[in-house]
Amino acid sequence: MGFISNDIIIEKYLRKDMLPTIFCTGCGIGSVMNYALRAIHDLNIDMNETVFVSGIGCSSRVPGYIYSDGLHSLHGRAIAYATGVKLANPKLKVIVFTGDGDCGAIGGNHFLHAIRRNVDITVISINNFIYGMTGGQVAPTTPLNSKTTTTPYGNIEYPIDLSMMAKVIGAPYVARWTTAHPVQCISSIKKALQKTGFSFVEVLAPCPTSYGRLNKMGNTLDMTKHFKESTINIKLYEKMLADGKTTDKMVIGELVDIEKEDFNTKYNKFCGELK
Amino acid sequence: MTNDVIRLLGRKDLFIQGDDAAVYGALIADCRFFAGYPITPATEVAEGMALWMPKLGGVYVQMEDEIASIAAVIGASCTGVKSMTATSGPGFSLMQECIGYACMAEIPCVIVNVQRGGPSTGQPTEAAQGDVMQAMWGTHGDHQIIALAPKSVQETLDLTIEAFNLSEDYRVPVILLLDAEIGHMREKVVLPEVVNVKVDERVPATIGPDKYRPYRTGFTRTSKVPEFAPFGSGYRTYVTGLTHDKRGFPVTTSADVHEELVRRLIEKVQDDMDVIWYHEDLFLDDAEIIVISYGTTSRPAVSAVKMARKSGIKVGHIRLITIWPFHYEKMKELLKNAHTIIVPEMNLGQMVHPIRETVGKDIKVISAPKIGGAIHTPYEILKCIEEE
Amino acid sequence: MIHVNTNYCKGCLLCVEYCPKKVYVKSEKLSKKGVFPPEVKFPENCIKCHLCELMCPDFAIIVEDKDDK
Ligand SMILES: Cc1ncc(C[n+]2csc(CCOP(=O)(O)OP(=O)(O)O)c2C)c(N)n1
Ligand code: SF4
Ligand code: SF4
Ligand code: SF4
Ligand SMILES: [Mg+2]
Repeated sequence: MGFISNDIIIEKYLRKDMLPTIFCTGCGIGSVMNYALRAIHDLNIDMNETVFVSGIGCSSRVPGYIYSDGLHSLHGRAIAYATGVKLANPKLKVIVFTGDGDCGAIGGNHFLHAIRRNVDITVISINNFIYGMTGGQVAPTTPLNSKTTTTPYGNIEYPIDLSMMAKVIGAPYVARWTTAHPVQCISSIKKALQKTGFSFVEVLAPCPTSYGRLNKMGNTLDMTKHFKESTINIKLYEKMLADGKTTDKMVIGELVDIEKEDFNTKYNKFCGELK
Repeated sequence: MTNDVIRLLGRKDLFIQGDDAAVYGALIADCRFFAGYPITPATEVAEGMALWMPKLGGVYVQMEDEIASIAAVIGASCTGVKSMTATSGPGFSLMQECIGYACMAEIPCVIVNVQRGGPSTGQPTEAAQGDVMQAMWGTHGDHQIIALAPKSVQETLDLTIEAFNLSEDYRVPVILLLDAEIGHMREKVVLPEVVNVKVDERVPATIGPDKYRPYRTGFTRTSKVPEFAPFGSGYRTYVTGLTHDKRGFPVTTSADVHEELVRRLIEKVQDDMDVIWYHEDLFLDDAEIIVISYGTTSRPAVSAVKMARKSGIKVGHIRLITIWPFHYEKMKELLKNAHTIIVPEMNLGQMVHPIRETVGKDIKVISAPKIGGAIHTPYEILKCIEEE
Repeated sequence: MIHVNTNYCKGCLLCVEYCPKKVYVKSEKLSKKGVFPPEVKFPENCIKCHLCELMCPDFAIIVEDKDDK
């Protein structure tokens, strides 16, 4: 696969006057933004009809840099705001950027119900295993025993798996990668954007400032390596399972890809019948 | 569109409850998006919208809670579609953070609150006026919303239309404060003549996308309200609840930017008080005692005042229709000749506070509270008048 | 041509690590932003794979590539 050069991304998709981003050195959020914009470019999506919606958190700052309509909502509420945007104007492409806390804790219920409703939006969740913006508190995704500023003795709560939740509730497209998988990320975001219905892409991303520092994981290079080592591709994982083996590694890859009628299609059908 | 609604309803005379009147008002005002969550005594609003929205090309969606409902309403309104939600106390409490967002980002929306007894789950089926202060001050930070309180089913319909107009004109959340009494009471309602219905739209962007700054002011009929470019119109606007400059982008540590913005959010409404503030008055010319009421309570209040007049007491009545913002100047003027003011409310005394603040120590202000669900009887209010 | 925008670069060195042809080295000099940006040491080795641009979280690298203009 050939890649275009960044100047096209910067010229066409970014608000140059807002750069550089506020993200810390080596923060993975910028990479995810880059992957998403490349997916949009490849699909030739009209930015005049695209709305980026986010909640509150470092990850939720992404829409502020993108040259399109942007809705920076409240902590946890991005998916609910996005639902309103999409249902009120189905022509719009609606893309949500949300943190793991935004999506899985305070916004967890909206996440579940938007999947249940199968609203035609794409949710990109940047999972850095921590509350980055507020300085490194425990998140619902924080692994057991990890240190955060509010789990100084180690995390005793079991983490949730956002992608597995999405799968179980019935999202028609679910994929998980890490920032160290640019090619796979771009290809999954493209598929997600093309899917009618709720599509979910989770990207494990380094937060060197909080998660990395508190857990002595080194800089973003070390963290990125760690992500590669601590994850396993679904295909490999399934083979392992078949062989009766198991692993603690986090499963990455394309986890769901099915067809399922979305809310708007169903709604329009019965509206049509009423007329 | 208004025509379509009146045609669809089939007739102009209806016998409906207050909750339904809010639905019909919304339809006539061109509301085409409703998101809500069932709660007594407001559920009938959601049920009505679920029935009508699909027939009119609008959207009805039942969300997972009231936070999601108001969030979806704000999202929908960003695309330029008039949007509404309806709830009661517990749900209204949940909505507060988003109401503040709508104030900050200046996204029009209408919230119907059919008040019931609180706090907490309280008295689900009983009427109350306990959310009056919350309507104004429920969300954090300095801000200004508009709240209207109808006294009848007909007025519920009329004021729902007006709520949308004010919300569009001032780009501010408008709260329609009903109560369980009006919400569930059936009365005759006459739909307005099409020609008489005024339906306002927010002012669109008046310049091209290259020069457009989403929060510049001076180009709308009320000069402190910015123009609006809906999502998808090619203007590529950024909307945030953070303190922002005229471009709409966060500037969170400048005292000047913050003060300019927050003051404008309040002034854009308050500068137009004379246009926004509706009231009714009765027998004020020579009134020494004035009863001030709003919403359902105005019904027994007017009866009591009329009875007292018959026995020669110089008593008058003011009914607040716009209850927020509170028009201190006008009220001071209207109250200047009274020696006593009586404020019956279905709470333990809320609106009585700005009234006390208006008249200072010169005039006696008596709170006539009643809670528990039953509305005041005219005799209860009459007794207060006679005691003065 | 490879451009490193030292205004955007935050010195994370992902580019140095992930370039398959080891085109970059860490600069010895602090940038205006107070970080050690990459230095384009061996541009002649570049195969225009654009991986460095992809990995850079800060849109700081542009690898000129006439073909996609
Ligand atoms: C209602 C509310 N509660 C708390 C906060 C404070 N807060 C802001 S961001 C955040 C957590 C962000 O974590 P996450 O969603 O994982 O995003 P990240 O910063 O890690 O990208 C919190 C708790 C808030 N803004 N609003
Ligand atoms: S705190 Fe963490 S998530 Fe936030 S910008 Fe810094 S590195 Fe990124
Ligand atoms: S384009 Fe590829 S080879 Fe050239 S510098 Fe970047 S990563 Fe290295
Ligand atoms: S990856 Fe980007 S930000 Fe990091 S050192 Fe290289 S150029 Fe700088
Ligand atoms: Mg996080």
